[in-house]
Amino acid sequence: MHDIRHWPLYEVFVRARGGLDHKHVGSLHAADARMAIDHARDLYTRREEGVSLWVVRSTDITASDPAEADSLFEPARDKIYRHPTFYDIPDEVKTL
Amino acid sequence: MIATPGYVLRLADLSLVLGQRLGEWIGHAPAIEEDLGLANTALDLIGQARLLLAYAGEIEGRGRSEDDLAFLREQGEFLNPVLAEQPNGDFGQTIVRQVLIDAFQLQLYERLAASSDARLAAIAAKSVKETRYHYRYSSGWLVRLGDGTPESRARVQSALEKFWPLTVELFAEDDLDRAMAQAGVAPRLDEVRAAWDLCIDGLLAEATLTRPADRSYSWFGKRGQHSEHLGYMLAEMQHLQRVHPGARW
Repeated sequence: MHDIRHWPLYEVFVRARGGLDHKHVGSLHAADARMAIDHARDLYTRREEGVSLWVVRSTDITASDPAEADSLFEPARDKIYRHPTFYDIPDEVKTL
Repeated sequence: MIATPGYVLRLADLSLVLGQRLGEWIGHAPAIEEDLGLANTALDLIGQARLLLAYAGEIEGRGRSEDDLAFLREQGEFLNPVLAEQPNGDFGQTIVRQVLIDAFQLQLYERLAASSDARLAAIAAKSVKETRYHYRYSSGWLVRLGDGTPESRARVQSALEKFWPLTVELFAEDDLDRAMAQAGVAPRLDEVRAAWDLCIDGLLAEATLTRPADRSYSWFGKRGQHSEHLGYMLAEMQHLQRVHPGARW
């Protein structure tokens, strides 16, 4: 067994209920994926927060570079026509 | 047909004593994640014990509450198997004790869910869901440690040798067990044993551990004969109620 400090970090995603998407809720240390699911269950769903769990090794996530934020995200600011706000949403649609 | 108070107390005390033992890990587990995991399991077990103790008190009909039964009984009145009261030892010992009992409770509760005693059946049906997770947790760790480093493997194998003789009691049918089985309240213990064997043998193979030889054993916590460890545990568990009788939150 590796020292606990060497257990890899996992990111945890919880689906609150059927039909919703998994949301990132935090991270934890675990020696393997199965243990990560167990820990996620014990740490993040003990108050009925979810019905489904995803865990992923933090090192498997590729993040955008904050230094590039200007070029990646700024150009979208003045493209208001890309927003779907020009449609009427039927009353029956609840979770859009 | 309903259960006798003595039979329900056996089930209750197994959960209560094991839950109290696991609670001793809080603040001491090898990782904060394990701290939470062990505490959750401990609380599940104490929750089961509360339902069972309350029921035992009702059918006993002497006005004893779940708290009276948990905190005011003497060591010789506790009816848990001796395995449950064994000290935590290292993490590997805790896991071995846990997996042996989780597998037992799993097989037992699955069958008790069909008990002729409707209240007991309802408690078992609720508890079996919790127990499936307890077994998932402890069996996961047993495989990880057994099929781990030479050090972790040696530790869990030695814990297995240490605790194995104490598993005999779980399946040694006595008059009360027989009466409960005949009344349709409880499953026959040889049937539980066969299912437990299957479960444990598969798990030990996966964990690359060796099943110890069965040894004869005649020491029965479920009849109130305990090891020296239970008294110390009860002294701590019951301290507050003994010093301040009737104290409440």
